[in-house]
Amino acid sequence: MQWEIVIGLEVHAQLSTRSKIFSGASTAYGAPPNTQACVIDLALPGVLPVLNKGAVERAIKLGLSVGAKINSPSIFARKNYFYPDLPKGYQISQLELPVVQGGSIQIQVDGVEKNIRLTRAHLEEDAGKSLHEDFHGMSGIDLNRAGTPLLEIVSEPDMRSSAEAVAYAKTLHSLVRWIGICDGNMQEGSFRCDANVSVRPRGSEQLGTRCEIKNLNSFRFLEKAIDYEARRQIEILEDGGTIRQETRLYDANKDETRTMRSKEDANDYRYFPDPDLLPLEIPQSWIDQLKETLPELPAARRNRYVTAFGLSAYDAGVLTSTRELADYFENTVKQLSAQAKLCANWIMGEISGQLNKEGMEITACPISPTQLAVLLSRISDGTISGKAAKTVFESLWHGEQNVDAIIAAKGLKQISDDSAIEKLVDEVLAANAQQVADYRNGKEKAFNSLIGQIMKATQGKANPAQVNAILKKKLAG
Amino acid sequence: MFNASLKQLSLQLAEKKISSTELTTEFLNRIKKLNAEYNAFITVNEEISLAQARAADKMIAAGQANPLTGIPIAQKDIFCAKGWLTTCGSKMLSNFVSPYDAGVIERFNQVGAVNIGKTNMDEFAMGSSNETSFYGVVKNPWDVSAVPGGSSGGAACAVAARLAPAATGTDTGGSIRQPAALCGISGIKPTYGLVSRYGMIAFASSLDQGGPMAKSAEDLALMLNVMVGFDPRDSTSLQRDAEDYARDLQKPLAGLRIGLPKEYFAEGMSQDVASAIEKALEEYRKLGAQTVEVSLPNAPLAIPVYYVLAPAEASSNLSRFDGVRYGHRAQSYSDLRDMYRKTRAEGFGAEVKRRILIGTYVLSHGYYDAYYIKAQKLRRLIAQDFTEAYKQCDIIMGPTTPTVAFNLGEKSDDPIQMYLSDIYTSAANLTGLPAMSIPVGLGDKNRPVGLHIMGNYFREAQMLNVAHQYQQVTDWHLKSPV
Repeated sequence: MQWEIVIGLEVHAQLSTRSKIFSGASTAYGAPPNTQACVIDLALPGVLPVLNKGAVERAIKLGLSVGAKINSPSIFARKNYFYPDLPKGYQISQLELPVVQGGSIQIQVDGVEKNIRLTRAHLEEDAGKSLHEDFHGMSGIDLNRAGTPLLEIVSEPDMRSSAEAVAYAKTLHSLVRWIGICDGNMQEGSFRCDANVSVRPRGSEQLGTRCEIKNLNSFRFLEKAIDYEARRQIEILEDGGTIRQETRLYDANKDETRTMRSKEDANDYRYFPDPDLLPLEIPQSWIDQLKETLPELPAARRNRYVTAFGLSAYDAGVLTSTRELADYFENTVKQLSAQAKLCANWIMGEISGQLNKEGMEITACPISPTQLAVLLSRISDGTISGKAAKTVFESLWHGEQNVDAIIAAKGLKQISDDSAIEKLVDEVLAANAQQVADYRNGKEKAFNSLIGQIMKATQGKANPAQVNAILKKKLAG
Repeated sequence: MFNASLKQLSLQLAEKKISSTELTTEFLNRIKKLNAEYNAFITVNEEISLAQARAADKMIAAGQANPLTGIPIAQKDIFCAKGWLTTCGSKMLSNFVSPYDAGVIERFNQVGAVNIGKTNMDEFAMGSSNETSFYGVVKNPWDVSAVPGGSSGGAACAVAARLAPAATGTDTGGSIRQPAALCGISGIKPTYGLVSRYGMIAFASSLDQGGPMAKSAEDLALMLNVMVGFDPRDSTSLQRDAEDYARDLQKPLAGLRIGLPKEYFAEGMSQDVASAIEKALEEYRKLGAQTVEVSLPNAPLAIPVYYVLAPAEASSNLSRFDGVRYGHRAQSYSDLRDMYRKTRAEGFGAEVKRRILIGTYVLSHGYYDAYYIKAQKLRRLIAQDFTEAYKQCDIIMGPTTPTVAFNLGEKSDDPIQMYLSDIYTSAANLTGLPAMSIPVGLGDKNRPVGLHIMGNYFREAQMLNVAHQYQQVTDWHLKSPV
C-alpha cells in the first residue's frame, strides 16, 4: 500500500521581550538559577500577573506577517496542572480567542511552492526548569525561565513529508527573526518544534491517528524524528496493528521516538478564563501602527528580486533566507546597477562559502557591501579578471580595505587593450605554427593550448574574452 | 479612648494629647489582655507595631500627618505584610513570613497608619463563621457562645471588642458584611476594582474585594480614602480620579428612593431580623426617604451561582500551595505525587478541600459548560436585575443576614446551611456592586442585626451618606458589647 504522511507543527517561539510576559523580571538567558525570578514568577501568595505589551505587539506582528486575523478581544486562560517547575499550578495560556487566528506561510521544496495554513498563534508563559542531576536524589527547580513569553504557532496538518515540515519550520524560523520577534536561537530553546505525525493510505481523505513528538530542537532532528515516526506507524499498520494516540519523545542518540505519555494519561487541564486578566482589547489603530513598523517581508522581497532583478526563484529564496543577508545583497546591488546576477553569485558563492567555513554570520562579514560592489564593478568594467577578483577578495577578507590599491599592489590589472593583445596573439601564433596548422585541420584542442600560451605570456592578465575573440579572428583569417 | 472614632483619635494625635506610641501601646495591652478570650488576632508583633508608631509620631511632629497617621489598624491575615507571618488562616501558610507588602498594606504604610496585628479569619476566607480557621474559632464579643461571622471574623471581633479602632477585611461572598452584621459594626465592600488585590491572597479572583470594617460610616469613609486607588500591579484595578468618600456624609436624605427587593423580604428572614430592619426603614422614612418595592428575579440564584464560580476559581488559585517553594510541606513522602498529596491533605482544612473538590469538578471536561459557563450566564442575568432595579431607586436595602449570629458549632457540620448565611450578600460580589452593612438593632439573645445597604457602581460616597445620616439619629453603632 502507498502511504501518505500527514504532519502538523506546533512551534514555540520565545518572544524577544526584555522582561517576562506577566512580570518585570529579566528574560536574559544563562543567569545563575533563580536569580531572575521575582515574587510573581515564584507565585508567592497574593501576587498577580500584568500582561507585557511588548509580547502582544510581537504576536500581532506575526499575525500581520502571515495574513492572519487579530482577535479582539483575545482571552487568557488558565491551564491547570501540577508540576514543581510550574509555580502557580497553572500556566497562563490562551484557549478560545488566541491573539492570532488563521493565516498561512509559503514554503518551497525542490522549487515547488506550497501554501501551509496556520490554525492559530497564542501567547503563553513558559515554565521553569527541573534539574534532576547534582541534587543527591532530589530535584532542583530553576524558575529563571518561568514566565518567559512564548508564542505557540500551530499549523494545520498541511505537510506531507519531513522535507516539507523542515521547509515550513525554516521559513517560520526565518520569518520570526526577520520581523524581530524572536532571536531564533534553537540551542537556547528560543525556537522549539513539536510535530504531530500521522499516516494514511494515499488517496484517503480521513486523517490517521496522530502522535505528537515533543521538543525537536534542530531542523535535523525534526526531519529524522518525522521519518522515524512515519516508518514506525507504517510498520504497525502494515502488521495489522493500530496507532495509539500519544505523546512521544525523540531520542537523538538512538534516532528513535518513544512513548512519553498516552492520551489516557493526559491531564484534564480544566481551562477557564483567567479572572486576573481582563479580556484583551486590541484596537485597530494599534494594529495599523504595528503594520507601519513591519519591514518588507521575505516573500515580498523574494518576488521583487525575481521581477526587478531577474534572479531565479532559487537565488531569490537563498538571498532572503535572513533579513541580514537580503539587506547585504541590496546594499551591494544598489551600487552596481544591472549587475544583480553577478552580485547574487558572489554573495551566495564566495561570501557565503567563506562565512560558513569560519562559522560567521553575514552581520560579521569583514567585507562591506561597498567593498564588494567596487570589487564586482572592477570585474564588469574589465579592470580585472574573475580569477584575479578572487585574489582581491582574499585580501579584503583579511582586512585590507581598498580594492584598487590591492589591484595595483598585486599587479592584477588586466590587459584590455586590443592592439596590445593583437600583438601578443601574433607573437604566439608565429611561435606555434604546428598548433595553428592542427587547429585549421580541425583539431579543436589546439585552440585551448594557444589560449593557454597567450595567458601564460601575460601572466594571466590578458582579458580572456578579448583574447578569445582576437585569436578566433586571426585563426579564421 | 477605645470607643473613640477615627476622627477623634486623629484629633487627639494632632493636638498631641496622646502619641501614636501611647495609643498603640494601649491597644497592644488591650489585645494582650483580651485576645485569649476572643482569639481575634493570629499574630501580634509589638516590635513592628511600635516602630511604626514611633515613625508616625515623627510624621505628626513634622506636620506631615494624614487623617489615619499613627492610628492602629488591624489587618486581616489575608494581606501580605513584609516581615509579618501571613497565614490566611491556614496551616498551609503557618510558616510563611511575607517578603513583600500588599497594595493595601503599602497604602496604610504610606499614610503612617500602624499595623496593630493580623486578624483571624476562615481558612483562605472560606467560611461564614470563622470556624474553619486553623488558628481556632473567634468568639463573638456580644456573646462568646456565638460565632462572629466570617470570613473576616477576627476583624469584626477586633473592632466590636475595641481591640482596634478599625480593621481591614475582604469580601468574596459577604465576608466583610456578614461578620460586620453579626458583630454589630459597620463594613463596606467597595465596587470591584477599587481596592487593589495585589498581595491579598486570592480566594476567588473575580469576586474578592478588600474593604474597611469600623464602628461607623464616617470611619469607613476615612478608611476608604486610604484603601482605594489604582494599582498597576493588579490588572483588574480601576484607574479613576481620587474621591473623598466623606464628602457627602452630611447630605440630607430627603427624596432618597430606597428599593426593597421583594425577593429579600420573603421567607427565610427571621422575625427578630425583620423587625429590626423594619424599624430602620422607618427611621429612613422619617429622614425623608421613600421606599419602593423592586424586584431582583434572579437574586435567589446568587448562592448556587456563587458556589460554582467561587470554588472554580479557588481550585485554581490554591494550586500554588504545593509544598514546593514555601509554606507547609509534609515531613516524609515517597515521591512527588505523594509529597503533593500529603502536603495538601495536611495543609488544608475540610472546608477548603471541599471547595477545591467542587471547583475541580465544575471545571472538568464534560461539566464545564453545564456548570461554569451556565453560572457565568446567570451572573450576567443577576447583574441585569440590578441595572433594572436602579432605574427605580437610588439605594437598595434589606437584611445583611437572615438571622443574628448563630452558635458556635451550630452550622459547622452543615455546609448548605452555612452557605445560606451569604444569601443576601453574594449578589454584590457576582455583580461587582458596592454594598455595606451597618448595625440597626439587637435581635434574639441580644445579638446584633445588620442592615444591608447596596448602591450602584461607584456610589460608595452616597451609601456612606445614607449610613451616616442614620447613625446621626440612632446610636446602634455606638453600642459596645464590652
